[in-house]
Amino acid sequence: MMAARFLRRSIPVLRQARCYADAPSGSSQMSFTFASPTQVYFKEASVKQVDVPTLTGAFGILPAHVPTLQVLRPGVVTVFNDDGSAAKFFVSSGSITVNADSSVQLLAEEAFPLDQLDVAAAKANLEKAQSEMASASDEAARAEVQINIDANEAIVKALE
Amino acid sequence: MSRTCNDNVLTYLANSVCFYSGQVRNMATLKDITIRLKSIKNIQKITKSMKMVAAAKYARAERQLKPARVYGNGAVALYEKAEIKAPEGVANKHLLIGVSSDRGLCGAVHSNVAKAIKAKIATLTGEGKEVMVVNVGDKLRNILQRTHSNYLLLSCKEVGRKPPTFTDASIVATELLNMGYEFDQGAVIYNRFRSVISYKTDEKPIFSIDTVANSENMGIYDDIDADVLRNYQEFALVNIIYFGLKESTTSEQSARMTAMDSASKNASEMIDKLTLTFNRTRQAVITKELIEIISGAAAL
Repeated sequence: MMAARFLRRSIPVLRQARCYADAPSGSSQMSFTFASPTQVYFKEASVKQVDVPTLTGAFGILPAHVPTLQVLRPGVVTVFNDDGSAAKFFVSSGSITVNADSSVQLLAEEAFPLDQLDVAAAKANLEKAQSEMASASDEAARAEVQINIDANEAIVKALE
Repeated sequence: MSRTCNDNVLTYLANSVCFYSGQVRNMATLKDITIRLKSIKNIQKITKSMKMVAAAKYARAERQLKPARVYGNGAVALYEKAEIKAPEGVANKHLLIGVSSDRGLCGAVHSNVAKAIKAKIATLTGEGKEVMVVNVGDKLRNILQRTHSNYLLLSCKEVGRKPPTFTDASIVATELLNMGYEFDQGAVIYNRFRSVISYKTDEKPIFSIDTVANSENMGIYDDIDADVLRNYQEFALVNIIYFGLKESTTSEQSARMTAMDSASKNASEMIDKLTLTFNRTRQAVITKELIEIISGAAAL
């Protein structure tokens, strides 16, 4: 077994496009960085899994995931630590990068742990935004109100 | 007794007369020295208080820099790991974003960034590439407007009074993208903070959407469509500008602290020297009066 491991390491790793069917090569640890402009939650930490909400759907990212770039939408990010505990954060928007060497950078414009959010305030904001939708005049204003509604809906859903 | 007293006084007076006749300017009166001393003491108070204000702002900026650094390094990680480069040899358009501020009295902060930008413009135009400059901060605009005014694309003011936020960076990026200048690659030039007494002018690369999409290593990134890539790139641009702003403010406040500190020290030195001159002058005036009295009494 030791010889096989040694042999595998001595073969130069060719960087080719990887499909889902290929066996993963590379490290089995994920170097996870999760930060907002004002706060760092994880810095090059080793975690088991991260669930992220993106514009194209919700992803679960494990070590040696296929490299990808995605844009986040308002929703809940769940981080499963190595010891099994899970931490939930609400993110407003941002981007996630999974690189070939299994490093993941999750950059959120605003991110807060769920327990810092108040569900009553979110519901009130949601109702206010929904009533503003009727009075929104032009495209830009309507888009802003829609973003407001989406974000507040996501917060309320996350807290319930 | 009075004879010996006269002799001593006269020798002293002779010495001082010889000293003064060797000088070009007139001897300053006590009044002049007093005025000068008062004004330098006021200046020292001002520079001391400016130093303390800068120290407080520096402490806050450095605290905010720590998470901003992790965030900024995460933002450029893609470019480093995928080794994204613009195609060589093609006449591509460059964009330089110089990050500085509106306020002076901070040492060589603004001129360092301006020097780096001028050098880059010289190399790029020498290679026949097109270059435009966006500057954040009025001081930088003043320096560049004198010689390179036709390269200026966009100028931002009201920078430096309050600590920069992510919103500021996004405003800069939005205006820049609305200008419609189709650049292929570029750089953000800022002062990277190293320690309280040192900073270094550095740059971080930025790329356009097409450059990133056509770069060779992008093929390994799965499931990317044009919309996602555009969103991602715009967000990355804001991140890099934010990172440059944060580092720049920290360097600026630490440079201002050092500059005001040395100004205060220089003012103290001048005050010491002037106080000595004041005392010498005062003694000379008293001696002169004594001589007049004594020679007047001797004449009787």
